[in-house]
Amino acid sequence: MYDVIIIGAGPAGVTAGLYTKRANLKVLIIYKEPSGLEKADRIENYYGFENGISGEELYKTGIQQAKNLNIEIKREEVTNIQIEEDKVYKVITENETYHTKTVIFATGNKRNTPKIKGIKEFEGRGVSYCAVCDGFFYKNKDIAVLGNGNYAIAETNELIHIANHITILTDGEKAPEIRADNVSIDTRKIREVRGSNKIEEIDFEDNSKMKTDGIFVALGVAGSSEFAKKLGIITNKDKIVVNENMETNVPGVYACGDCTGGLLQISKSVYEGTKAGLQAIKYLKKDNEKV
Amino acid sequence: MSVLKFEEGNFEEEVLKSGGKVLVDFYADWCGPCKMMSPIIEDIAKEVEGNVKVGKVNVDNNQELAIEYDVMSIPTIIVFENGKPIKTFIGVTDKNEILSVLK
Repeated sequence: MYDVIIIGAGPAGVTAGLYTKRANLKVLIIYKEPSGLEKADRIENYYGFENGISGEELYKTGIQQAKNLNIEIKREEVTNIQIEEDKVYKVITENETYHTKTVIFATGNKRNTPKIKGIKEFEGRGVSYCAVCDGFFYKNKDIAVLGNGNYAIAETNELIHIANHITILTDGEKAPEIRADNVSIDTRKIREVRGSNKIEEIDFEDNSKMKTDGIFVALGVAGSSEFAKKLGIITNKDKIVVNENMETNVPGVYACGDCTGGLLQISKSVYEGTKAGLQAIKYLKKDNEKV
Repeated sequence: MSVLKFEEGNFEEEVLKSGGKVLVDFYADWCGPCKMMSPIIEDIAKEVEGNVKVGKVNVDNNQELAIEYDVMSIPTIIVFENGKPIKTFIGVTDKNEILSVLK
């Protein structure tokens, strides 16, 4: 059991790690995709670098700094997070399941909204972003999962025992490996999704069509807005809503850095990572006092 | 007045024939996000007490109601006015955003 699991290893995540580790907590940082920082060419507006520094170098130095402090860091893809009883969170990656008392999201600014015509329009009317939340409504129905990575597979697995048949739509991307009697894979490019009141049909670029009762969107690597939906965290335009202490509405769950919106700056991420870390420390201390 | 329990048996009487606004929270016991919505709904019920009726529908036991109102994701919160749905919120939603529709 970890005290703190931090998802993301950019400036916000690493900073939260430094503070919580230095408070002698059992900390794990999990990250998969490169931080927005790594892609930044040259940072010339951050304190203390007289000649500026490349984003990649600052990012790598941050991770090394965390490692030097013996913070456990794993490069894995988080595919699901669940709340268990007694305020324990289960963080599931493609190879492991971890348990933790607190979760800090530092997953950055990435968004996975597909650019397919009709998807946005049918949100909540057949287009879903959360298998565990909405699967129930598709009992014995024919549905589709949009995506081709580990996250798409994880969402498909949530639906296998509920739906009649699942088609994994890769939209032109390569087919993932999955074997189940009621799952098929379709790699055709999608033109648009259509329906009247609810989603009914997928139109492909080769002019063929497919009937469907629902589409679960699971593109790329799941980010903060996907996990927010699974945990019941309030968001505003895909950004996690936090208070001044970086607390979300879910107890023991914090968010910091670009995933909370506002200025996409290192200084803001470092501040919020600090706040989130300190708040998690406070929360865990209170929790221990109760026992 | 706390949060009421709406069901297929009393929905017409309690919601559709009720004058003014009624807030209905569609949920299920197995739904994690619904548990996070619950305290928000309780807060709202306290704030609008006497003006707006607030209740919950368990979709497991009331599937017909879920189908009738196209609930395909939970939590879904629907605000009715004079028996007609006027606003739908899908997913856990901020208290003030919901309150703005009730006032």
